[in-house]
Amino acid sequence: MSNTIVSTRTYVATFVLLLVLLALTIAAAYIPLGRFNWVAAMTISAAKTALIASCFMHLRSSHRLVWIAACAGCFWLALLMVLSLTDFWTRGWLLP
Amino acid sequence: MTYADGTEDYINASWGWRSWLLTHDHKRIALLYLISITLFFFVGGFFALLIRLELLTPAGDLVQAETYNKLFTMHGLIMIFFFLIPSIPSVLGNFLIPLMIGARDLAFPRLNLLSWYIYIVGGVFTLAAVVTGGVDTGWTFYTPYSSTYANSNVILTALGVFITGFSSILTGLNFIVTIHKMRAPGLSWFRLPLFVWAHYATSLIMVLGTPVLAISITLILLERAFHIPIFDPKLGGDPLLFQHLFWFYSHPAVYIMILPGMGVVSEIITCYSRKKIYGYSFVAISSLAIAVLGFLVWGHHMFVSGQSPFAGMVFSMLSFLVAIPSGIKVFNWTATLYKGSISFDAPMLYALGFIGLFTIGGLTGLFLATLAIDVHVHDTYFVIAHFHYIMVGGAVMAYFGGIHFWWPKITGRLYPEVWARIAALIVFIGFNLTFFPQFLLGYLGMPRRYHAYPEEFQVWNVMSTAGASILGLGYLIPIIYLLWSLRYGRVATANPWNAMGLEWETPSPPPETNFAATPIVKEEAYSYDIHT
Amino acid sequence: MTSIPESGPASVHASHGVHDHQFDDAAQQQEAATLRMWLFLATEVLFFGGLFTGYTVYRSAYPNAFGEASRHLDIVLGTVNTGVLLLSSFSMAMAVQSAQLGKRWRLLGFLTSTAVLGAVFLAIKFTEYVHKFHEHLVPGLQFAFAGPESPHAQLFFSFYFAMTGLHALHMIIGIVMLVVLMVLTLANAFGPEYHTPIETIGLYWHFVDIVWVFLFPLLYLVSR
Repeated sequence: MSNTIVSTRTYVATFVLLLVLLALTIAAAYIPLGRFNWVAAMTISAAKTALIASCFMHLRSSHRLVWIAACAGCFWLALLMVLSLTDFWTRGWLLP
Repeated sequence: MTYADGTEDYINASWGWRSWLLTHDHKRIALLYLISITLFFFVGGFFALLIRLELLTPAGDLVQAETYNKLFTMHGLIMIFFFLIPSIPSVLGNFLIPLMIGARDLAFPRLNLLSWYIYIVGGVFTLAAVVTGGVDTGWTFYTPYSSTYANSNVILTALGVFITGFSSILTGLNFIVTIHKMRAPGLSWFRLPLFVWAHYATSLIMVLGTPVLAISITLILLERAFHIPIFDPKLGGDPLLFQHLFWFYSHPAVYIMILPGMGVVSEIITCYSRKKIYGYSFVAISSLAIAVLGFLVWGHHMFVSGQSPFAGMVFSMLSFLVAIPSGIKVFNWTATLYKGSISFDAPMLYALGFIGLFTIGGLTGLFLATLAIDVHVHDTYFVIAHFHYIMVGGAVMAYFGGIHFWWPKITGRLYPEVWARIAALIVFIGFNLTFFPQFLLGYLGMPRRYHAYPEEFQVWNVMSTAGASILGLGYLIPIIYLLWSLRYGRVATANPWNAMGLEWETPSPPPETNFAATPIVKEEAYSYDIHT
Repeated sequence: MTSIPESGPASVHASHGVHDHQFDDAAQQQEAATLRMWLFLATEVLFFGGLFTGYTVYRSAYPNAFGEASRHLDIVLGTVNTGVLLLSSFSMAMAVQSAQLGKRWRLLGFLTSTAVLGAVFLAIKFTEYVHKFHEHLVPGLQFAFAGPESPHAQLFFSFYFAMTGLHALHMIIGIVMLVVLMVLTLANAFGPEYHTPIETIGLYWHFVDIVWVFLFPLLYLVSR
């Protein structure tokens, strides 16, 4: 973690932006997008996460090693999900 | 021992049980682990003994089927979670990593001690489950048997494993931060001993994999204790969800068990060939490759579980890939031996045994990764032989090799070399006699986890049990002479094997803070060519 | 990033902070502590991730049941709770800033407000749990769901309680740690040169917030 001090203004701006994104999340939920509601919701959540991580958690000014640790966790979760879903989503594809 | 300047080594630096049970010294914590995992090795071995005794005869006449289920379950659980996974990292890793990188201790000494206490608490929970009736689900805890229908101590055991998982995670955290942040001046990544690379890769697996085991156990506990349906097929649940979550950890777990052993073998082979390791960077990177690729193959445990054939094919192909970095290591060790000046000291006998037996185990893994073959040998003794060749022929031999190699550094005493070589040979012979027949049994169709079998399999089972008793003897002998050496062994110098590595540049046993002054590293690892 | 110090052989030189003996200086110790927390958060991503994986598997298998069941959750309370947590993250970030600037009373104030907001979140959550209990929507406790999707809807609620329950447990641990920090702040343990625990527990707190940021739409907004 670096020793840069983030200004109050930046923190407030980030918080306001997060509230805006929250409003967006709710609004998007009421728009019928079928299967893409989920995509929209997760995209907005990812945006919120990026804001919290880069600003509140000081990821922006952290060492590369910290970035790698943060990304590794997410990437490994993606591996778990994607490879598991190759089973669940392909049942019945190939019949004996 | 007392050094020339009057100070004491880490063993004699302070007295009393509190100085040991509340120590922050990574070397003392390593010894705490050494004692506890040895006890668990005996418990796990005891269950193995009962299993092999039952399997002397085709009929299930020693114990009932339900009891037999408990025997193989508890043998697996204790050997995997309380012996194999902690063994090399928590004993040798803890002791040696700070020494090998020129540091005074690990990054987080108190976290290290906490890791040991967590391990003990988890062990107590599991032993409590063992003595109050045992658990019979298989170490794999498959649902819905474990979460709904089993009548044994599932909750107690699951809690024990859950708790012990945190010990693993904290050790991994400690090693990763230590290796990144506390290397001595001049010790760049590609000058690190391969033992350190191996433990770094192992720590990555511990940190990224163990939490998923934790959540899979949590889900079993929720379903079993609170009747919250997760895997219940009656409510649309899928038991395979458990298997995916479980094996996502438990396959990389086998790499937790073997990678440290590979690190040990790299150290031993170079020392007793008096030669730089062949292809250092390939061996180093292959450890990372095994760690990463090892997370992509877990579905090969589920080929016949109802998993989709498409996923089966994906996992099968990925499983072939993971064999490659292991193969690279075996080739490089062999190339290191070539034109080396080889001596057959006990650690080298264990290391050479590792290379041969691990190769057999690894190759048979490829057979199992082949979908068409696995359909026939899944859940047979072929699988059991495969993983015992790696876990026992590989990991345990590496552990014993490492214990011998660094015994003088840890204790300041030499073990009796003749007895050590004899024991190593007995282990090798006993091991092969125990487990090679099991390949044949599996291929011929004997299923695993059964206490009775058809008559025609008896001859191989008798051979296996006979081998097991020889193997047991082979393990007992070192325990005796290693203990003997503590009092009567020859006093060791700082570097009795003339090995390369920072750990050999400090007295045997080392002082509490490891080095009088932080070393500065100016040459590559394994510079045996310069220093012969 | 290596640990090679910038001046000669590592030795305990006069540094502007006390550090544990295994470290060369306070900066190395702080970097180690920060890395440790981020690595721990990576393990938490995978711990929660197992639940997210199970949820994904079942939601994709039973989209209608999950949609139906999700509509039984109170979207107002969920939204308020999300706002509360986001505010608490802001408050925590300000607490870290206060520590960096050596402003002890501001630090105490922001730590307190973070903990209070966390408690508000838990109170609202608890209220929701009680509602669900009265509506017989707690799996394992006389669960009764009216409608054709009944068995699969119970799976939704299993994951609802497992995920929010695990999240709440992490919140409780976070609040306890904040109280400890408040006590230490009163005892003047922190200043501009040393406030590492504030930063690392701040990281933990923000992570728990991020988990909720994903939980909220996945549980409350499946099909509105």
